Amino acid sequence: MNNRTETLIPKLGVITDIRIDTPDVKTFRVVTPDGKKVFEHKPGQCAMLSIPGVGEAMFSITSSPTNTEFMEFSIKKCGCVTEWLHQAEPGQQITVRGPYGRPFPVDDEFAGKDLLFIAGGIGLAPLRSVINYCRHYRDRYGKIDIVYGSRSMNDLVDYREIVDEWCADGNVDVHLTIDREQEGWNGHVGFVPNYVKELGFDTGKTAVLCGPPIMIKFTLEGLCSMGFDKTQIYTTMELRMKCGVGKCGRCNIGSKYVCKDGPVFRCDELDELPDEY
Amino acid sequence: MRKCSLESMNTVLAEIAKTAALYLPVDEKEGRAAYKKWSEGTGWSKQLNTVRSPKDFFFPQVENLMEFKTEGKNIEIIDTRSESEDFVVFGVRACDVKSFEILDRVFLSEPVDSYYASRRAHGVVVAAACTRPSETCFCRTFGIDAADPYGDVAVWRTEDEVFWQEKTEKGAELMKKLESLTEECGVEAVEALKEKTAKIMDKLPLAGLSADAFGGDKTEKFFNAPQWKSLSEACLGCGTCTFVCPTCQCYDIKDFNTGKGVVRFRCWDSCMYSEFTKMSAGQPRLTQLERFRQRFMHKLVYYPANNDGMFSCVGCGRCLSRCPISMNIVKVMKTIGDKADE
Amino acid sequence: MQKVMRDVLVEKAVSLLSDGTVDRVLGWKRGEFSYDITPAVFESADKIRDDFVWNEFCGANFSKYLVAQTKKTEGKLLVFLKPCDTYSFNQLLTEHRFDREKVYAVGIPCEGMADIAKLKAIAGDGISSVESDGGKLCVTTVYEDAPVAVDAGEVLLERCVNCKSKKHAAYDELIGEEGEVLESGRFDEVEKLEKMTADERFAFWQNELSRCIRCNACRDVCPACTCEKCVFNNPASGAENKAAANSFEEKMFHIIRAFHVAGRCTDCGECSRVCPQRIPLHLLNRKFIKDIDSFYGEYQAGAEVGSRAPLVSYTKEDIEPSEVFDGRE
Repeated sequence: MNNRTETLIPKLGVITDIRIDTPDVKTFRVVTPDGKKVFEHKPGQCAMLSIPGVGEAMFSITSSPTNTEFMEFSIKKCGCVTEWLHQAEPGQQITVRGPYGRPFPVDDEFAGKDLLFIAGGIGLAPLRSVINYCRHYRDRYGKIDIVYGSRSMNDLVDYREIVDEWCADGNVDVHLTIDREQEGWNGHVGFVPNYVKELGFDTGKTAVLCGPPIMIKFTLEGLCSMGFDKTQIYTTMELRMKCGVGKCGRCNIGSKYVCKDGPVFRCDELDELPDEY
Repeated sequence: MRKCSLESMNTVLAEIAKTAALYLPVDEKEGRAAYKKWSEGTGWSKQLNTVRSPKDFFFPQVENLMEFKTEGKNIEIIDTRSESEDFVVFGVRACDVKSFEILDRVFLSEPVDSYYASRRAHGVVVAAACTRPSETCFCRTFGIDAADPYGDVAVWRTEDEVFWQEKTEKGAELMKKLESLTEECGVEAVEALKEKTAKIMDKLPLAGLSADAFGGDKTEKFFNAPQWKSLSEACLGCGTCTFVCPTCQCYDIKDFNTGKGVVRFRCWDSCMYSEFTKMSAGQPRLTQLERFRQRFMHKLVYYPANNDGMFSCVGCGRCLSRCPISMNIVKVMKTIGDKADE
Repeated sequence: MQKVMRDVLVEKAVSLLSDGTVDRVLGWKRGEFSYDITPAVFESADKIRDDFVWNEFCGANFSKYLVAQTKKTEGKLLVFLKPCDTYSFNQLLTEHRFDREKVYAVGIPCEGMADIAKLKAIAGDGISSVESDGGKLCVTTVYEDAPVAVDAGEVLLERCVNCKSKKHAAYDELIGEEGEVLESGRFDEVEKLEKMTADERFAFWQNELSRCIRCNACRDVCPACTCEKCVFNNPASGAENKAAANSFEEKMFHIIRAFHVAGRCTDCGECSRVCPQRIPLHLLNRKFIKDIDSFYGEYQAGAEVGSRAPLVSYTKEDIEPSEVFDGRE
């Protein structure tokens, strides 16, 4: 029986590096004990991480599939598993299983399109993977814009990478904003939905949204009022999960399981589902 | 078709138990039956059905998935899986036999659940035809014939005889072992029994219940039906309906620290429970109305949407007789079935 | 047969609804069969006339529903209470679990409620109707067998066999005649258990509790279990559990629950009534009640509002733990 595959049985991973992103977000670099990537994934997919005795939880894989050396997870401290991870040190082993879920359609629907990424707070975590993937295969896509906002400068996840790599990359336009004025901040101040409207994007773009529910709601309304069609807008969802493969029965919205049919949904697909998320 | 006398059943069951663990419905107190392991002299219950469904045999309430040992920063993952023993579940009613098909579509679809698959591969189901269906039965609503069940082997019990018919290869293998204990016979007695049962089925109070109003494309029609409020008003939020249901398959995965290591186990869970969908970030089903609706929408709409129109209810009637407040899928179907727009 | 007929209750409900005394009525709603009755909130006279029932199968105790229902509107809710239900009603008031001002309680006499499982054990399955006729329940089945008449007294719910009171402990209005507090044999079974050796008792409970499916129906129906968040549902408690991980934990759930409701349990019997596995859970509670009675003097939880229960009021005369310990067998 031990030769039957079983998705619920995880693989071993080692945390090799922990980066402090914000007061409540850390990014964990994970490889196998012999230093390899635990498995291959596509942008937008997730993995189940666990610490035996503490619990198992689903996280977006933050690193791009084009990274051949390791996987990264940007994790906000908000429950049992995340709190435990936040006090872990490099060298800590964890368990990893996946990849799970439907990825962003980077190789088909996104191909050749102008892309507009919009993220708020920890919502950057699932988008970082797809942004870096598209930057890696830059010539496959049109213009790339990134709008990213957070409560304050200190709450911008991956700030160093954004400044050092994305902003320095002449092929990508980055628009940062924070909610309130702050010393040392010369950039834009204001909420993401309003900033998106102020920037006023060309409605031919394909938009990808992720952030707190309230930000998604207003940004989506904003994009639609600007003339975007819901078929041009993608987002990624999060609900409680246990199995990751559409069997344990809790992450469904109507007949769709977020773990298996999502987490990536096109916004017109969400309209087909009951309003229960 | 083969037969044996009811008197000789102990010998027949003993023969089956020689090569496989044998389970069958046994009488417990106050006219209730439960599946028990057969041993010499164990009697086969005449009760229509067991309180707990036989889903336990393939999807037990609690099962260990794996173990971990941790030392300092290191973790050892221990695959504790072993191949299931060969077993026979005897006396399964037609409704419960159908429930296995419903569970198969969940657990045997990719990625296959190896724990379930191993039990399924090693289990032989001997189905028993019903002769006295209860007022709570409505298996016909879902196209099930209580008098002519599927399974690997089907049996019919009369006053003094038991008739046997193999239905699958696994069933044929089992019947081969019983060759000397059973004899070839005609189908007349069984046909007469089927006819008699069909007549009772016609007269059951739920005989006319139809599921036609429901199906995979009905989310929009039923999701916001105003009747969910009154239907769920008295729901206690307990898990009785879920746990006695042969088709409910939601589960939780939890870790248990034994002091020597960590056991990761799976246990039944219920969408009726308040914590079922709760996350540190929020709760999509805030009140009992949403949880209650989820359970019935899943059986009547969501499951059919993902499974070629097959409903996730077999009309066994367990929730009708066990719900503490007597709320159940029949009342839901009748209340919102064709009135959701009102 | 109940002494007060359904029509009297319907009339009462309709008149209190139409004169504006109440805006909703908590009552028993007709089901598919004679016996599958659901608690329901009625908001119109028509619905009451169509669906309200009062018969031998109205076992449900409405007191706990008042906790949630009184928070739903500003208006008053009419609730029908059998004598035993009024004890839970008072106990919940003692614990400040609902606003008394929002409830209009109508006490109704009760001749005992039937246990459908006991009835089926005698009359068989396939019940097409149950008619109450004098002291008999006449059962017809779908099998064309002759109807069976069963003595109503033979198929009473356990709590009714050992009815502790026909007297209401609370009401705004009483329909019918008031009864008496009764001498019941409700501790007989407990005494039998006490006489067992520890091993026999362990085997008894092992057998009973091993059938538990952890559906939580006993807890969810219990009027003494009104914690906003149960420790067994709370991931932060460290005791959250949906299934027994081993046979030790199997027992812990029920024993911990019995401890938690000790001194507050009115012995309403809902736990045993709803248990799908027929586990005699009331025996755990009755053991506590019996011990409280013998250590602190007779005390009936819910007999009056605001009474200080022995377990939460210290007196210098209280029995010492060592006396209890030495007195055990």
